[in-house]
Amino acid sequence: MFEYDFMRSAFLAGGIVAVLAGAVGYFLVLRNLTFAGHALSHVGFAGATGGALLGIAPLWGLLGFTLVAALGMGLLGDRLRNRDVAVGVILALALGLGVLFLSLYTSRAAGATAILFGNVLGVGFDMLWNLLALTVLGVLALAAIARPLLFCTLQPDLAQAKGVSLRLISVLYLAIVAVAVAEAAQVVGVLLVFALMVGPAAAALRLSSRVGWGIGLSVLFAVLETWLGIAIAYLTNWPTTFWIVALSAGVYFLSVPAGSVLFRD
Amino acid sequence: MRGGRTVLSHVSAAIQPGEFIGVFGPNGAGKSTLLHAVLGLLRPSGGAVRVFGVQPARGNRAAGYVPQKRSPSMDLSLRGWDFVASAYRGERWGLPVAGPAGRRAVNRALEMVEAEALAARPLGRLSGGEAQRLLLAQALLGEPRLLLLDEPLTNLDPHFQQAVVGLVKRIQKSHGITVLFTCHDVNHLLGAMDRVLYLAQGRAALGTVDEVITGGVLSRLYGTPIEVLRVQGRILVVSGQGAVEEEVHRHDV
Repeated sequence: MFEYDFMRSAFLAGGIVAVLAGAVGYFLVLRNLTFAGHALSHVGFAGATGGALLGIAPLWGLLGFTLVAALGMGLLGDRLRNRDVAVGVILALALGLGVLFLSLYTSRAAGATAILFGNVLGVGFDMLWNLLALTVLGVLALAAIARPLLFCTLQPDLAQAKGVSLRLISVLYLAIVAVAVAEAAQVVGVLLVFALMVGPAAAALRLSSRVGWGIGLSVLFAVLETWLGIAIAYLTNWPTTFWIVALSAGVYFLSVPAGSVLFRD
Repeated sequence: MRGGRTVLSHVSAAIQPGEFIGVFGPNGAGKSTLLHAVLGLLRPSGGAVRVFGVQPARGNRAAGYVPQKRSPSMDLSLRGWDFVASAYRGERWGLPVAGPAGRRAVNRALEMVEAEALAARPLGRLSGGEAQRLLLAQALLGEPRLLLLDEPLTNLDPHFQQAVVGLVKRIQKSHGITVLFTCHDVNHLLGAMDRVLYLAQGRAALGTVDEVITGGVLSRLYGTPIEVLRVQGRILVVSGQGAVEEEVHRHDV
């Protein structure tokens, strides 16, 4: 299957995206923010379709919208807690806007499926460089804030007492999440970023009691699930996204009993 | 001042280095506010707070702190060692890697709270008392001269409460650390604390148990008649309307 250009691009793109998604996802699960990731991707849908309307690649439209939304979520911080209704209304509005942009841009209805469910086989070589740059940037940024981020996540009150600004760390982290979401949407689509950002990380958290190993395992799961998903899709002709999501769910469900065995007293 | 409300006023108290101070008072009397002021998180709107002779800055390294709110992560499968280590210089940028000095500091703190055996266990499998020892270990990282414990006995079974008090007492004695320990019930700290700081109605009294926990002093603090009863070595604080610390004494009876 490696004789085809589009397959080589798909493997490279999937791997590049999965590295950031796995690493960012670990903290997303640790911070109980999985739905924030989901919310960001919904907002991203409006950005992607809006971008298409303006003739911009969906990735950049997505990134613009997710970054703005991340900033808003980070600044609102605790005030968003227990505001499920308000968040839900804004999500619905974002999806609705996405539908409007799509209808205004009727010439490429097929683009909608790619944005919603991903199309890793359609990633061109030029887009690969963009994805690589974003992953490098995201990983470097995450490495720079990982220490205070972990502190704030595990002991917010103590971190605050030690002079860490919870809000600053939260905004910076959500900005990195926004980048990871925009990238993950290229592979599995805005509706299924959970598969790359939450599934591998949740499994890793169940299987490892150490932070370093947990992050490594999360990245490993994300990359392997993506590559295996692309390979099986090639052999079966079923959608790549389906296989990645199925593998992500499978690994997570296996990790639950495996984790209980590992950490039995 | 806290949220626009003056919590404590005209409070003047000097605590000696190495003392174990029990801080008492009803809910909202300003126990946490006092600790936050010592940590440099709040600035007094009048007067001054001095810690070891200097005005405390945010992120005061001389003070170790166990916050009142429980960590949100106590149900994770993360092991105790990593949890404690996350607080070692956690305010610095970069990767969460402890390094040799950090590993030594974490191991030393775990040793101080007699929790070496908990280091390898997942947080979700720890009892309340065990989790409290890890929080104490985090507070002791960096060898602070002052330990601020905000209601560390809340939600603990009575025998765990006694174990935590005993442990803090041993650490205070062996390392000469000043301890400010907020608590609801004077009886928990009898025998452990050197002096009492009692806060109520924005007022405060500092002294030994016998000096402060008396009908006269507490009546003045609360502004209503208060009686102090001593029954079989235990202290009961009652007002004309009933027990002042009713909710607290309920489980003692």
